[in-house]
Parts: sequence; structure tokens; C-alpha cells
Amino acid sequence: MVASRAIGSLSRFSGLRILRSRGYICRNFTGSSALLTRTHVNYGVKGDVAVIRINSPNSKVNTLNKELQSEFIEVMNEIWASDQIRSAVLISSKPGCFVAGADINMLAACKTPQEAAQVSQEGQKMFEKLEKSTKPIVAAISGSCLGGGLELAISCQYRIAIKDRKTVLGVPEVLLGILPGAGGTQRLPKMVGVPAAFDMMLTGRSIRADRAKKMGLVDQLVEPLGPGLKPPEERTIEYLEEVAVSFAKGLADKKISSKRNKGLMEKLTSYAMTIPFVRQQIYKKVEEQVQKQTKGLYPAPLKIIDVVKTGIEQGNDAGYLAESQKFGELAMTKESKALMGLYHGQVLCKKNKFGAPQKEVKQLAILGAGLMGAGIAQVSVDKGLNTILKDATLAGLGRGQQQVFKGLNDKVKKKALTSFERDSIFSNLTGQLDYQNFEKADMVIEAVFEDLSLKHKVLKEVEAVIPDHCVFASNTSALPINEIAAVSKRPEKVIGMHYFSPVDKMQLLEIITTQKTSKDTTASAVAVGLKQGKVIVVVKDGPGFYTTRCLAPMMSEVIRILQEGVGPKKLDSLTTSFGFPVGAATLADEVGVDVAKHVAEDLGKAFGERFGGGSLELLQQMVAKGFLGRKSGKGFYIYQEGSKDKNLNSDMDSILAGLKLPARPEVSSDEDIQYRLVTRFVNEAVMCLQEGILATPAEGDIGAVFGLGFPPCLGGPFRFVDLYGAQKVVDRLRKYEAAYGKQFTPCQLLIDHANSPGKKFYP
Amino acid sequence: MTSILTYTFKSLPSTSKWALRFSLRPLSCSSQLWAAPAVQTKSKKTLAKPNIRNIVVVDGVRIPFLLSGTSYKDLMPHDLARAALSGLLHRTNVPKEVVDYIIFGTVVQEVKTSNVAREAALGAGFSDKTPAHTVTMACISANQAMTTGVGLIASGQCDVIVAGGVELMSDVPIRHSRKMRKMMLDLNKAKTLGQRLSLISKFRLNFLSPELPAVAEFSTNETMGHSADRLAAAFAVSRLEQDEGLLSDVVPFKVPGKDTVTKDNGIRPSSLEQMAKLKPAFIKPYGTVTAANSSFLTDGASAMLIMAEEKALAMGYKPKAYLRDFVYVSQDPKDQLLLGPTYATPKVLEKAGLTMNDIDVFEFHEAFSGQILANFKAMDSDWFAQNYMGRKTKVGSLPLEKFNNWGGSLSLGHPFGATGCRLVMAAANRLRKEGGQYSLVAACAAGGQGHAMIVEAYPK
Repeated sequence: MVASRAIGSLSRFSGLRILRSRGYICRNFTGSSALLTRTHVNYGVKGDVAVIRINSPNSKVNTLNKELQSEFIEVMNEIWASDQIRSAVLISSKPGCFVAGADINMLAACKTPQEAAQVSQEGQKMFEKLEKSTKPIVAAISGSCLGGGLELAISCQYRIAIKDRKTVLGVPEVLLGILPGAGGTQRLPKMVGVPAAFDMMLTGRSIRADRAKKMGLVDQLVEPLGPGLKPPEERTIEYLEEVAVSFAKGLADKKISSKRNKGLMEKLTSYAMTIPFVRQQIYKKVEEQVQKQTKGLYPAPLKIIDVVKTGIEQGNDAGYLAESQKFGELAMTKESKALMGLYHGQVLCKKNKFGAPQKEVKQLAILGAGLMGAGIAQVSVDKGLNTILKDATLAGLGRGQQQVFKGLNDKVKKKALTSFERDSIFSNLTGQLDYQNFEKADMVIEAVFEDLSLKHKVLKEVEAVIPDHCVFASNTSALPINEIAAVSKRPEKVIGMHYFSPVDKMQLLEIITTQKTSKDTTASAVAVGLKQGKVIVVVKDGPGFYTTRCLAPMMSEVIRILQEGVGPKKLDSLTTSFGFPVGAATLADEVGVDVAKHVAEDLGKAFGERFGGGSLELLQQMVAKGFLGRKSGKGFYIYQEGSKDKNLNSDMDSILAGLKLPARPEVSSDEDIQYRLVTRFVNEAVMCLQEGILATPAEGDIGAVFGLGFPPCLGGPFRFVDLYGAQKVVDRLRKYEAAYGKQFTPCQLLIDHANSPGKKFYP
Repeated sequence: MTSILTYTFKSLPSTSKWALRFSLRPLSCSSQLWAAPAVQTKSKKTLAKPNIRNIVVVDGVRIPFLLSGTSYKDLMPHDLARAALSGLLHRTNVPKEVVDYIIFGTVVQEVKTSNVAREAALGAGFSDKTPAHTVTMACISANQAMTTGVGLIASGQCDVIVAGGVELMSDVPIRHSRKMRKMMLDLNKAKTLGQRLSLISKFRLNFLSPELPAVAEFSTNETMGHSADRLAAAFAVSRLEQDEGLLSDVVPFKVPGKDTVTKDNGIRPSSLEQMAKLKPAFIKPYGTVTAANSSFLTDGASAMLIMAEEKALAMGYKPKAYLRDFVYVSQDPKDQLLLGPTYATPKVLEKAGLTMNDIDVFEFHEAFSGQILANFKAMDSDWFAQNYMGRKTKVGSLPLEKFNNWGGSLSLGHPFGATGCRLVMAAANRLRKEGGQYSLVAACAAGGQGHAMIVEAYPK
């Protein structure tokens, strides 16, 4: 190291003299003695401005890892030591990514909070040096600037960002259960004000460049360029660099000030923040809100508030210290391990492990313009897929088309789309009542009513008109795909694509393959799902597949608990306080009581006792009375248009009274009720892995969290078993088994894990 | 568009001095050409095609193009169009009843005279038996008027056409807001006092905020200057290049209540130093398009008499030029908004069977200096030709000594709807004065569209 630095300074000496007049020196070139090859960070000099380029090798994104950091420090030291260089520009060579964040594997390697705190401190030190640099540094941001990337950018003296959709800024650490640990909690509040900083850090939301400019997070915007003498992306980055270099010169010459003119509102807010009483009120308010939203299940947001508070009230040194310490503590929590596991799982489920399909799907057709069909259409057309939406009636079709339009128009209202883009996206949708043009379809997704004979009917009709290569996908939540495929002439082209409602909001897509489904058909379905922006789990066919099958025993237990006299409101609060985003009774209303009944009947037949517990009678009576949930206006609750409050449906009292069962006091504490629900869910999930329905535990966790709202802080059923302990899960199940019987019998794989403590789903 | 106006005014305290200096440039350029008229062999002797009628320009006129807000500011668009039409009648002495049809182009429409062609024709004393219609295609509206006329003659529907264009940017239709309009319309329909009162009670102060005519592209919401700035950056056209890139047929117009206007007043070359001081008008603070290197908002009108050749000869006219092949093109309105000439030029040359070397006179519309230079660079780039135009090789570089020698839209002004006829007349007149056979006229327009036409000199 020492040697290479010495050589570096020598070559800089000779290099600069010679090349000064040419205006541009490729640093890598002049100092290309073998010792000095840097792989992550390089720099060149334009006039008196150093242009530092970040380019992590063999990766689509730049991440702040150890090598990058040490090379960056080397480069900065050379720049600070050089007499010729008066300012610097920091830019990424990768299109679409400035710096995507710190490398989470650095944290995974840490064994103790102290080690993790050390990682944070190193980042803090490096960025503090940047902040205090006497040579102004301009961060030229194109693409994602997240986490450590944003912390790096806000340590620079000036920020210029490309104004396009790819360029987003944010600190998403909270979503991984940690906090911005490289000075972000201290610098952000000073830069954008305390309220905005809290919003960014506590929600982890990404901010588009134009919004960032208004907030004061970036100082200048650069418009993306169209085609010129080079490809648009390439020239845009070059242009960004040119603009950044001119600003760097301006800053060095003191012609441009890095101070921003604040608006009146901003001045008022920052004045208000000087009053201790106001600050205390803000902390209190934010804390209350966080408590309400996280139910105390997530430690990171509270620590973030704490660290920001320390910095503001006790000064920088205390703030940085608190930041690194809390960072270390958070990195070792179960919650952060669970959330990071989900992050990895999500990355995995965003890849097509079946390879590229032989033929790309360009023309999609959807049967049934109901809630699901129209939802699928919406996420397809807005990715540029030509989509036919077919329904049996004009009224049904019109409703579906309106749903798609409304979905797009809502984006216009939020300024995520322009009205022109909306119109041109909407033109990708063709609504029709017949099978015209189905001969050009590459994939048909049917989303007709959940009735096997109806599905058979449309499958036969469709197969009469579609070309040979066309994939037939069925969107069903419970009907086995092989039964649907039984009437197909080409079962290798039949597959299940189980979307979740509302399709445009729910990220998960469960793809179901039968014994006969070909690999290319699967590849094609995954490719379409990925294009639609979905996180995908691929599972084997079977009653209820994976997701519905896990949910059904839990819903059966929900009914049992209601029968035992726990009210829907109490049940909802028990489930949400455990970390489920939606309460169990509300979930039944949202899914639809008729659907729940349908599924419970089907799966009850298939699995027998294990799905027992609650009485099906409850659902049957509700359906008979028309209490279908939100869609019919009444379920466990009453739903009124325009009103957000929901009141209990008092007509349910007589149904519940008629089916009342005595509660068992030994397993009816609040905690027991929660665990009765969760352990049944988890047990069924593990059984799916045992039976080969699931290929990997990671897919099981992603499916449970993204499709069914399994508490993210637990990381999914498999991560939960790993972190909570298989033995403890089995113990709970045994206890409930003793009270209720077979529906609680732990499955073999779970018992195996309990018996050998070293055995983990995630090694 | 309005923003251009503001910047122009801000940056141009006086124009008279500059007008004198300007006259140097066209003179110096064209004197060489007069001294040595181009003699070269053409790919084709003429573009006349068998069994297709030859269409000729008998003559054309325009009233002086004036900066918006000057002498024409109290007039209405049809007044300007009328002046151009009367001028044409006077210049050509064409019997009114011979004119079969009148077509005018315009962009920002005066709502009272939405068919401005008809109002102007009536007011200019044309026969009330001559039908007239108005076309709009942004900056190539007058080109569209001419080519519509060409089509009518070629298909044998008409023999004599008057085509022209008009724009009055001194006054634009500023509307009530949609909410206010809706309330006013509803009030019209309300029958009882109660209904009226209940409607009026819904009135809010923000109903009064006016709606200005669209400045930005409807599809992309981007102003043209902004797009031009990005275009210039995409083709790496520097500020200096744009500033350096800067530097007839007029009939006098007696403006009621004012003096007779005899010449353009917008001509405004300036020193490079003065221009360099201007602040960017669109992309602030580092953009390169400024008031000085953009065309300014202009009032003006033009008109020309187009005939089937045999008709013109039968009536004893000596035509000025043939109107030959033409094309319209369109492309991405966001990133290629102003690249129309690049796409249209090779297309029209191929259609006519000519090459760049056959062209003696180039008349291109210049919306912005950066835009026209970006078009030059695009035409001279193999990469652009291969990746965006589906061509194997570049279109080629334009010979600057043949380009807009009598001034372009940047110096003369650009009344949107009227510029097309100015371009064609400049091409025709330059072919006569400078010598040469073929001229290429090209222009870009809002919406990502473009146009090009070949004008062939009429044998003397």
C-alpha cells in the first residue's frame, strides 16, 4: 500500500507537468504502473477539475464495499494533495445507477454490535473528510442514489441530478431494519429540515430528482438528452459531467455559491425549529405516529428518531456517536435479519431462473374483465404489452376498462404519469367481446369466475382460436391446475398464474406448474410476470398451491376463535399487533366471504382434519345472508361508500351466537390466540416445503409476506422458525394439539428441525 | 412561445443600429456567388414528370415581418392576411374571378375568424364566389397551404390557387378558465332566477385566472426552446457555435392610423460579446439557448399565386419557379421535436432523384440557432443515420455558402403560419438572382413534424 502510494505521487508529479496544457488527463493511463490499477474508482483531470468515476466491476450497480471505499480514499488523497486540482466531480460510469447503497454483506459478516458500529464509523470518517474538503466536490447523480450513495452525495459540496425517472434519491435503510449509518441521520435534517428528513428516513421512500430539487436535496437538475451523435444515455451522462465540471469550476472560483436560497415556508420552518418547545413537540408527534404504525414491532424507526434528536440537541459529536452505536445494535436485531432476508429473497424472486423463453410474449389476451382481469390488464399495458381484454358482456367489459383507466389516471393525479402518457398507455388495451385477433396472442390469461366447468369451457373455446405456441394461464386462487388442464389438447402449455388483489398494488405473483407444464411455458410465464413488475414464486400444483393453502388453516382458526366469543375487532387488533398489516376478520371481508367459503370447502375436502377447527357453517350462513364482505357492503363489518370508519355488522351477532363454542381457558390468552393463528400458518408452510410444493424456503417467505401479509418483521414463516427456534414452535403446536387435536400436529420437517438445533432453513 | 417574446424584448433595447450592421452579411456572402455562378451538371435536367401537370409559382409577396407588439399590434390576423392578399393582387394583376380557391395557414387562431382565409379573402376584395379554407400544422402551416393547393391543381380540381399564411402574435386568445367557461355556459342555460343564483354561488375567485394559449408541446409538456436546448446539448452544439451561427418580396403595408410599413424591423445581429452576456432563456442557469439565438415572436403574413403551368402561360404570366416533389415527416415529439429537416431532406431528394450536390439554394427554417446546427450535425453523422433514420450512410453536410443567404427566421422573424411562403419565395427569388436550378426548402414544426420541398427555377 505504502509503495503504491509513493509511486502514485511520483507519477502524478511527472504526469501533471507534461499534460497540463492538454486539459485532460486520464489518471489511470498516466499512472498505469501495474501497482496502481484501480478497479472501482478512477479519475481524470479536465483543466483543474478532477473527474472521479465510480464503476464497480462485474455489476450492474455500484455498491459501497470495502474495496471501493479504500480506493476512493486513495483517490481523494491524491486529489487533495495535487496543486493542479482545484475542485472535483464525482460521477458514476454506470447508466441508471450513481451508488445504490452500502454493501449489506459487510453487515452480514459482522458478529457483534461493536463490529457493525465500526463499519458505520469508517463511513462517517470518510464522509466527514469529504464534507470538510477545501476543494469543492460536485456529486453528479444519474440513476439510483440510495442509502450510503445518498449519504456520500450529501457530504459533497454540491449536487446535480438528472431529471428522469431512473434518478431517485432516498435512504431506504429503515426497510432493512437499520438506519443511515454514515452521517445521514445528522446531515439530512440540516439539509432538508427535520420534518422532511424524518419522512425520508422513517419511510425509506425514494424521491425523484425534481422533488429533490424543491426540497433542497440537490442543487441543480439536468434534463435527459435525446439521440444526438451518440446513444442518449451515453451522451446524457457526458452532458451531466460537462455541466458538473462547469459548476465545479464555478464553485472553486467562488462564482457560484453552494448556499441555497430558501423559500419563505422553509425559512419559517427552520426558524420554528430553533425553538426547543417546537422541536420537542415534533419529536413527540413523530414518535406517536411511529408507535401507531409499527405497534412497537420495528426497533429501527424509534432509534432513528432518537439519533436525530441526539444530534440536534447535543451536537455533532454526540450525534455521530449515537448513530454508529445504534447502527451496530440494530444490525444485530432479529428484525433486521428478517428484513434483510426478505430483501435477498426479493432479489432472488425478481430473476427468471428458467431462462429466456423461446418466444417473447408481445400480444397478451385476458379473459374476464373483473377486478382481477382488469388489474392484470393494467399492470400489462403500462409496461407496453399489447393486451386484449375480453369479457362476456358489454357492461362487464366497460367496468373493467374503466378500472384500468382509473388506475392510470390516479397515477396522473400523483404526477407519476402525464396525461399524454396515460392516453398512449391506454391505447395498448383493446376491449372486446369476441375472440377476434386471438390467433395472434402469445399468451392468454383467464380470470373468469372460479368455477371448474366455466374454466373448462373457456379453455376449449380459446384453444380453438389461439396459435400453437400460445400459453394458456389460469388465474385461480385454489382450483388445481391439472384439473383445469385435463380438457386441454396441449397440457404442456397450461400453467397457473395466481395474482393477488388489488393486482396493481400487490407485488406477488404465484406461478403454478403441473407435471406436464413445459419448462418453456414456465419461463414464458415468469418473463411476463417480471415484465409486469411482479415478485415471483414458482410452486408445484396441488390444492391451494402454496399461498392459499397456508392461509386456509389460519382462516379456519380465525373462525374457531370467533366462535369462541372473541369479537372481530378484538381479533383484528390481536393480529395487527402481531405484525399482520390487515386484521384477520377484515382480511376475510376483503377477500370475500364467498371466496373464503369456496376455498375452505375445497381444501377441507382435500386435506380433511388438518384444515378443521372452525365451523364452515359460519361462512355458509354469512353467504346465505349476503354478507360477502366489502364487495356486498356487509361482512363482519359494514362498509359505506365514502366513509372510512367501519362499524360491526350487528346482524352477525345472531349467527355467531348460534355457532358459539366454549373457549379453552388454557389456550385462550391473547398471546395464545396469536400463536394459534401463526403456528398453523407456519406449520402448513413448512409442510409445503416438505411435500415439494415449494422449491425453496426463500420463495416460501416471499410468498407469505408479499402475498398474504405475513409479518415482515418476522421475515416469513421459514425465517421465523429459524429466528424463533423450531423447538419453541413445535412446543406451541403440541400444546394446542393437546387442546384441539390433529389440526395442530407439527409436520415432520418441523420436528426434524426441532430435533437437530443446528438445522436451519437459512444456513 | 410567449416566453420567447419576453426574452426578446428584454434583450433588445433598440434594433435600429443593428439593422445597419446586418446588411453586411448577405451582401458579402452572395457577392461571391454572383461573381461565379455555379455551373455544374445535374442528376436530372428537370423534375418535370410525364402526364403530370407542372405547377408554377407566378409570384408571391409578404408584408414586412415585424416584432410582435410593434406597428401591427392593434390589428387582427385577417387584416394582415388581407394586406398580403391585396399586395398579391396588385403585384400580379390576377383577375379575381380566375382564382379557384384560397388556402391560408395559421397557428394561433383568433377565435372570431377561425377560417381566417375566408375573412381575409372577402376583405381583400376577392370574389365571394371563391371558396377559402384555413389549415394548421404549426410552423409549416403555410407549407401545408401551398402543398394543399399543389394537390388541388395536380388532381385537376383547380387551375389557380392563392396560398398564404398569417400570424399575429401581438394578440393571442387568452381564455377564461374552464371552470369559468362552464359556469358561463350553464348560466346561459339556466331558466329561473333560483337556478342562476345557485350557479353564481358556486363562483370562486380562482375561476378568474386566465388560460394562456399553449406554450408547451401538448404531448410532452415541454416548451420548444427547452427542447431545442436539450437538442443542442445532445449534438454537443456549444453556446459559442450557436451565437456565431447568427447573423426580397416585401410589399408595403399602410397600417390604419400609423405610418406605412415598408421593411422588416426584427433584424438584430449583435456582437458575439453582447450575445455571450445573455442569460439562458429556457434551461437555467447553464443552458445554451438564449434570446439572441432563438427566433423571436413575429407578426406577419404572406401570400402567393400558384397555377397550373399551361394556365399561367395562357394568361401571359412569366412564372418564377416550379413547385416539385415534397414530403412531410414526423418523429418523436420529445427528443426529436426539431429534427424535421434532417428526416425530410434525404427523403425529398430521393423522391426527386436528386443528390445534395444538385441543390444550388438551401432555404431552411431556423427556429433556433442550436436547432439548425443540431440538424447540420445530425445530417453529417453516420451514427445518427444508421441508428435513427434507417440509412446506411449520413445524409451529408450542407454547403454553408448556399444556406439561407438572404437571412433566415432567426434574423427576419418567424410569424409561425406565414414562414412557409417566405421560404419558398426566397428560394425562387434566390434561384433567379444567384443562378442555379434546384432549391431545397425545409422546416421543422411543433409536434415533431417536418417538411421539405424542391423548388425548380423556371427557365428564363
